[in-house]
Amino acid sequence: MDQRKCECGHTNPVGTLLCESCGKPLNVEIHEQTSFPDMRYEGMARRSQTNKTKVIDRIWNFFSSVKIAIGIIIVILVASAVGTIFPQQMYIPVPVPTEADVARFYTETYGTLGTIFYGLGFHNMYSSWWFVTLLVMLGTSLVICSLDRVVPLYKALKKPRLNQHKSFLKGQKLFAEGELAPEDNQEAILDASALALKEKGYRIFRTERAIMAEKGRFSRWGPYINHIGLILFLVGTLMRSLPGFYLDEYVWVREGQTMAIPNTPYYIKNENYTTEYWSEEEMPEQLELKGGAIVKSYKTEAILYENKSADVPGKKPDLVEVQKGPIVVNHPMEQDSLYIYQSGVQEMQLGALNFTVVDLKNNKKEIGLIKIDLYNPQPEQTIADGFTVRILDYFPDFIMGKDGKPATKTNLPKNPMVALELIGENGNYNEKLVYLEGTILTQKNDPRYGLEIKMPDLIDIAGLNVRVDKALPLIYFGSFIFLAGVAIGMFWQHRRVWVQTQEGSIMVAAHTNKNWFGLRREVDGLVKQAELPVTIEDKTKAKA
Amino acid sequence: MNKSNRTYVRIAVLGVLLVALVFALYSSFVKDPGAVKVGSDAPNFSLEQLNGPELTLESLKGKGVILNFWGTWCEPCKKEMPALQQQYTKFKDKGLVVVGVNIGESPVAVEPFVKQFGIDFPILLDRQSQITKLYRIGPIPTTFFIDPDGEVQEIFIGQLDEAMIESKITKILP
Repeated sequence: MDQRKCECGHTNPVGTLLCESCGKPLNVEIHEQTSFPDMRYEGMARRSQTNKTKVIDRIWNFFSSVKIAIGIIIVILVASAVGTIFPQQMYIPVPVPTEADVARFYTETYGTLGTIFYGLGFHNMYSSWWFVTLLVMLGTSLVICSLDRVVPLYKALKKPRLNQHKSFLKGQKLFAEGELAPEDNQEAILDASALALKEKGYRIFRTERAIMAEKGRFSRWGPYINHIGLILFLVGTLMRSLPGFYLDEYVWVREGQTMAIPNTPYYIKNENYTTEYWSEEEMPEQLELKGGAIVKSYKTEAILYENKSADVPGKKPDLVEVQKGPIVVNHPMEQDSLYIYQSGVQEMQLGALNFTVVDLKNNKKEIGLIKIDLYNPQPEQTIADGFTVRILDYFPDFIMGKDGKPATKTNLPKNPMVALELIGENGNYNEKLVYLEGTILTQKNDPRYGLEIKMPDLIDIAGLNVRVDKALPLIYFGSFIFLAGVAIGMFWQHRRVWVQTQEGSIMVAAHTNKNWFGLRREVDGLVKQAELPVTIEDKTKAKA
Repeated sequence: MNKSNRTYVRIAVLGVLLVALVFALYSSFVKDPGAVKVGSDAPNFSLEQLNGPELTLESLKGKGVILNFWGTWCEPCKKEMPALQQQYTKFKDKGLVVVGVNIGESPVAVEPFVKQFGIDFPILLDRQSQITKLYRIGPIPTTFFIDPDGEVQEIFIGQLDEAMIESKITKILP
C-alpha cells in the first residue's frame, strides 16, 4: 500500500505531491492556496522517498535532507568562528617547541578559556579530523541532495503535463477563470492565446483543449550547475594534498649566491637585484612626495639551474642552466609547473668588509687591501709580498657572552666582529687587531701597521616565493561553473502559463519561480491581446 | 531505472564519497609526509666536512649514529658539546659515531669553536641549511639517535648531558 492512486487512475510513487498524470494534488484538499504543494520539484517524489529498509538507503536518505545540510552548514559556521577566538597553533607568535609549551601558551596567555580552547583541540581545528569530516559531509550532502532532486525534476520537466487537473490550475498563485459564450470558438481562443504567448517568447505545447506555454526552463538547472562547480572546487582543494600537486616555498638568495630550492631539483642564482623608481619626468602630475619615491619595479636577475644529481640531498650539485631572465613582481619565472615570484627584498645588507693595511711608520703608505666576505670569509689572504692576513675569530652577529667571551647571536652578519692577525716581513712581524662596530682595536700600544676602514660591500637579498599548484586550473574552472550556475538561477526565471477550456469555461493559470510581477504583466498582456473573458484573481499580493 | 540498479548507483556514489573522506582525513593526519619521526628511516644526505672529505650518512650504516644539529650562537649547544665529545671518546670503538651538523656558518666561524672544545668527531657544514630543512629542525640543539639500520630511535630537542646520552646510546649501539 505504498503507492498512491489518483482518481484519474494513475499510480504514483510514494512521496508524490501532484499526480504525475493529471496534476491533481494528492491527499491534499485544496481550500486555501497556502496548502497547495510546493512547486519546487514539480510535485515529484524525491528519489529518497522510498522504503527505508536497507542501510545504504538510510545513509542516502540522511544526506538527501536539506535540513541536515543546513545543520551541517551551521555547525561548520559556528566551529569556524570559534576557531578564530584565539590564534591557531601555527600563528603562535613565540616559539613553542613541544606540546607542553603549546598548552602552557594558551593557559598563560588566555587563562581558563585558553585551557579549554586547547583542551578541546581548537588550536589545530581547521585540519582536525572532525572538521575535515564535516567538510566532506557537506560535500556528500551537496552531491546527494542534488542527485536526489535533479533526476525527478528532469523527468518532470522533460515531459510537460498538458491537460492539468482543475485543482492544479486553481492552486496556482496566478489563476483566472471565465465563462465562455456558446458561440465562442474555443479553438480560435486558444490559437489567439498561443500566438500572444509566442510573441512574448514562450514555447507552446498544444492539445485540442489546452495550451501550456513555457520559457526559461534552463534556469531550473542553475542550482545544480552551481553545485557541480562547488564540487569541482572541493575536489581541486583535496587534490592539493596529492604528492607533487602543491608546493609553497620561500627562499632568500643573496646577490651572487646560488641557492637550492627545497623539495625540487632546482637551484636558483641571484645575479643582481634592483629596485627601480619612477623619475619625476615620468609622472603625469606633480606629487607631493616629501622626499619619498615611488617604486617602479622590484627585479631579480636570476639563473635557474637543474641539479642532475639530485638523488642525495646536500651532495655537491651537478648544475645545468635551464633558464635565465628577470623575475619581476607579477611576472614570475616559469619552469614546467613551477613558478618563481619576486616577493621580498632586504636591501643594502652587509656583504663584505673592506680595509686597507697601512704602514703607520712610513707616512701611512698603503700595503694592500683586505676583503672579508662575511658569508664566506677566507681564513688567510696574501695582500702584498711577504704580507698575509689571517682571520683568528669571526662572530657574524657579535654579542658579549655571559661568560665574558665574545659570541654570536645568530649566523647572519648583522654586527660582525673579526679578529685579524697581520703577518708581515715574511713572518718576522705579527700583530693582532679586532674590528667591531666601525672601530679597530689594537693589541699593541705602538703598532707598526694599521687598518683603514673602507666602504663595505653592500648587497641585496631577494626573497623569492616558489610555487606549484597543479590543482589551480580545476579550482578556477569550478569557480567559473559555480558563478555560471548562480547567474543562470538568478537572472532567468522559469515561467509557465496554462490556458485550458472545459465545458463552457476557460481557465488561465501561471507559475514562475521568481519575479511574479513580470509574469503578471505578461498574463495581463495575454488576456488583453487574446481578449480572454476572464478576471485574474491575484493571490500573490496577499503573500507579498 | 529499477530498484536494484538504484541501489548499485547509490553504493557507487557513496563509495566515491567515502574514498574522498578517507583521503581528506589521511592528508589532515599526515600533514607533512616528509617529516622525520621516531621509527622512520633517517633521510640520507651528503655534506662537506670541516677539514675532511664529503660525508654521506648512508656510509655510516652498521654504526650507531648521534646526529646533532647545532650552531655557534646557541648556548645549550655549547654546553652539551663536551658531553658529546666525552661519549664519543668512550664509545667510538664500540661502533658509535657522533656527527655534528653546523647550521649555515662558515668554516672560519666554526673552526675556532671546534678547536676550543677539542672536538674530534666529524663536523658537517650545512651552508645552505638544506639538511636542516630536510630534518625539519626547529629549535636547536636537536639530536637524532639513529640505529645501525638507519632507523631513528629517538629525537631529542634541548640540551643533553652525559648520563642522558649514555642511556640513549644503548638503544643504538650495534
